[in-house]
Amino acid sequence: MKQYESRQFTIGAIFLVVGLIFLIRLFYVQVIDSHYKLDATNNVLRTVVKYPARGLIYDRHGELLVYNEAAYDLMVVPKAIKEDFDTTEFCSLLGMSRKEFDQRFNKAKNYSQYKASIFEKEISAKSYAIIQEQLFNYPGFFVQTRTLRSYPKKTAAHMVGYVGEASPKVIKKDNYYKSGDHIGISGIEKHYEKVLRGKRGQEVQMVDVFNRPKGKFQDGAFDTTAVSGSNLKLTIDADLQAYGEKLMQNKKGSIVAIDPSTGEILALISMPTYDPNLLVGRQRSKNYGKLSQDTLKPLFNRALMAKYPPGSTFKSINALIGLQEGVLTPNTRYSCNRGYRFGGRKMGCHPHPSPVNLEYSIQTSCNAYYCNVFRSVIDHYPTAEEGYNVWRTYVTNFGLGKKTGIDLPNELSGFVPEPAYYDRYYLKGKWHSTTILSLAIGQGELGFTPMQMANMVAAIANRGYYITPHIAKEINGQLITDFDSTIVRNKTGVEAKYFNEVVEAMYKVVEQGTGTSAKIDSLQVCGKTGTVENPHGDDHSTFIAFAPKDNPKIAISVYVENGYWGSRWAAPIAGLLIEEYLRDTITRPLIEQRMLEGNLIGTPPKVVIDEGE
Amino acid sequence: MRGSKSLIDNIDWFTVSIYFVLILAGWLNIYAAVYNEEFESIFDTTQRYGKQLLWIGTAGIIAIIILLIDERFFSTFGYLIYGFVIALLIAVLLVGAATKGATSWFAIGGFKIQPSEFSKFATCLALAKYLSTLNIRMTDLKTKLNAAAIIGIPAVLILMQNDTGSALVYGAFVLVLFREGLSGNFLLIGLVTAFLFVITLVFQNDVYQMPFEIELTGGWMLIIILFIIMGLVYYFNRKRKQILLFSTIVFVACSGLVKSVDYVFNNILEPHQSKRINVMLGIESDPYGAGYNVNQSLIAIGSGGFTGKGYLKGTQTKYDFVPEQSTDFIFCTIGEEWGFIGSFAVVALFMTLLLRILFMCSRQRSAFARIYGYGVATIFFFHFLINIGMTIGLAPVIGIPLPFFSYGGSSLWGFTILLFVFIKMDADRLEVL
Repeated sequence: MKQYESRQFTIGAIFLVVGLIFLIRLFYVQVIDSHYKLDATNNVLRTVVKYPARGLIYDRHGELLVYNEAAYDLMVVPKAIKEDFDTTEFCSLLGMSRKEFDQRFNKAKNYSQYKASIFEKEISAKSYAIIQEQLFNYPGFFVQTRTLRSYPKKTAAHMVGYVGEASPKVIKKDNYYKSGDHIGISGIEKHYEKVLRGKRGQEVQMVDVFNRPKGKFQDGAFDTTAVSGSNLKLTIDADLQAYGEKLMQNKKGSIVAIDPSTGEILALISMPTYDPNLLVGRQRSKNYGKLSQDTLKPLFNRALMAKYPPGSTFKSINALIGLQEGVLTPNTRYSCNRGYRFGGRKMGCHPHPSPVNLEYSIQTSCNAYYCNVFRSVIDHYPTAEEGYNVWRTYVTNFGLGKKTGIDLPNELSGFVPEPAYYDRYYLKGKWHSTTILSLAIGQGELGFTPMQMANMVAAIANRGYYITPHIAKEINGQLITDFDSTIVRNKTGVEAKYFNEVVEAMYKVVEQGTGTSAKIDSLQVCGKTGTVENPHGDDHSTFIAFAPKDNPKIAISVYVENGYWGSRWAAPIAGLLIEEYLRDTITRPLIEQRMLEGNLIGTPPKVVIDEGE
Repeated sequence: MRGSKSLIDNIDWFTVSIYFVLILAGWLNIYAAVYNEEFESIFDTTQRYGKQLLWIGTAGIIAIIILLIDERFFSTFGYLIYGFVIALLIAVLLVGAATKGATSWFAIGGFKIQPSEFSKFATCLALAKYLSTLNIRMTDLKTKLNAAAIIGIPAVLILMQNDTGSALVYGAFVLVLFREGLSGNFLLIGLVTAFLFVITLVFQNDVYQMPFEIELTGGWMLIIILFIIMGLVYYFNRKRKQILLFSTIVFVACSGLVKSVDYVFNNILEPHQSKRINVMLGIESDPYGAGYNVNQSLIAIGSGGFTGKGYLKGTQTKYDFVPEQSTDFIFCTIGEEWGFIGSFAVVALFMTLLLRILFMCSRQRSAFARIYGYGVATIFFFHFLINIGMTIGLAPVIGIPLPFFSYGGSSLWGFTILLFVFIKMDADRLEVL
């Protein structure tokens, strides 16, 4: 066999070539290519998210408005499920159909066989108690603790807003958020999201192939604890808020009350409202759908987003502008014979003695008087546009027609037309004080939110300035005014001395004028009624007020849609709220009862909402 | 006279040392693969490392007994041993225990014996005895057929046990036949066949758009390419005799192979086998299905890096991400915990062992010992090739053990017998006339 001896080298060469190929491959896999190291980490490390509890929300007296309730996400690791898994039993435990089970299970399987994914979201503590007793029978399933918001007072729904899961869009925009995180979607929950959310923690565990924890990775070197969100104390008076909502039941409208000395919002009411507990957890999207289809628009926050003309309440502002501009003195008298006539047209007025001075004009809400005042403000400038611009500046300085800067999302600017607006309709130079005369009595194009109106009242109560309205009082015990530089004193441009006359007149309105239904014994309430023309139906009833006359503690604006005269609904409600806030007692139970029983929306709410689970 | 003194002098201690190193490294890695804080005693026979220690001890005794047996025993009783093992293989088919779809075990008490691990040795012995007979020429057809029968019978029996991996090992003997004079064309044909097989599988599902709106499947495309190649071969060699016949035969054979691969793949191979081959070739990617083993194995080995994670610190193997980690995928533990350095050492150890056996073969006076030695080398080589190859994604996942490393008594005994019989033959080589 000598002739084949050289073949031993061929065989040796084959061995060596294979050995060499293996070494090259091993060098590539182990040293050059790094993605296997990452895969190994993914295999063995599980990051368990420790969700922080959101900050609690209190009212100004420390009453709890929003707290957290434990909820449970049922998680599943498809690969860890045993062969003898009793699907029927499990479905009946969860109260879920077989089809639904299969659907969710397949979804989890498609996500990953080895990684946990959410099987059932946000199970309430009550349901969890039952499931938890049986869960050990079903390896592969476990729960992750979450928290859900709960609202013990069931009040101030629009203001506190609600919390939901961070949407893919949000996650893309803000890299803090991960899928499954909760985020404030509206109201305070949204505006103070960064304060309330706290900080997520994590625990890095090592797990085996069945996802069984095998201890902490590097003795917990990468673990962080969850930090709870900061607690928030609001400026809101929960009792006042709830009382206002109660008075407004079966009515549409809005109430905003401010402490004028600080700009703190005491109540922010939008009616109809809803129980904030409806927009929590698993029921949220279903209930949201129902609420958003309700024709009464309970989700719409009228206090910040509805735009009403101010009506006659605006006459106080026109008076103040006239005084500051020097075209009006307390003794200026104008006659009124059922209205104001100009160029063959007439602005009507109700019957009252004539002529009237400033004080009586407010007291009796004389239209003709303010037509005269408005015209003299505009017309003592060379052109109507110049005069209008001066007037407009005063109006906006009262915080009207622009955002008040309140610490809540989605505030409407309101509307005071720019001169250009009238140029468009009447051509430049072709419009005059008479063209826009309805502004004199707070009608026409003007549109202010109830929030802006309350703020305007605060400026009158303060005799010339207002503090930026705000709703947060303290964050974790620290006063918000100590660090929030957006809360400032805003001047109206009308000197304090001009206010006395108007304030006195407003006092008379309540004492013996159109607003006597807001009168409270031995309390000096100043107010002004308004009837807002409504082309769509009955006029809106409105009232602005503050009290006491000296060192005011509360400024309030009330809108009751389709309530007709201000004296009919808005004024008594304002009076009751002022008394409730300042005295904590109600001395006029009959008026209170009439307000409670008043129904301006026809039938009671029609929608049936599922309560809880 | 053969004294124990001369035996000790003549034993190839170098090979024996490699054997010891491999066994020790193997056991350490089985310990690591099974390692669990709960069971600390290395002698705990409820754990695999404890049992393996038992197997190692008995393998040592077997090795010593073999060294004491007269070398002529193996050449004399070669056929008898072969016959006995064949009988065992038949018996296991009738009364054997089934594990994972393969009926290849005798269950005796708490232990299991796998006859196929010993049939390699017996076949090697019988083949060596047959080919070393005087006046045997590899070029004779009769010789080829007889050799094929000796190799084929146990292979077919093992195939019937549903243990495809172990059956494939017998293919390794082609290298022995080659060394003894089988035409190199057989190796070439084997390689070409394998190449065509793979390339057909890769392209069979592709569809090519041709001019005149003709659609060609990958298979037909390959046949056209083959036609062009053989046409060129004919054109450049057209002066040579019978070149037309040669090119035609090659073309027809290759085309037939291409067309039949699809059939073989879909009708002869078991679904799990064809799937594994597909995954290995990158035709199918299925990290949590058939490709799971290879993927996890690569992750374990790849995550070891250059220096490894340290002994007993491998997370992928420790937490069971790698399947069969103490048997077929033992190399993952080495790769993960010892890194490239460890992998290099293991590959180098096997290379040294294989080349040492080849060297020992070249110094044998008797054809019997030489042929047997080649058998030993090629069997080790094939196990090395497939086992490590599959863990690093270069070979299909065929469950055969890594010699001396993988957990398992039968395989350890089988490989020990295989190696030590050759060491014994080598030690006694000077006494052969």
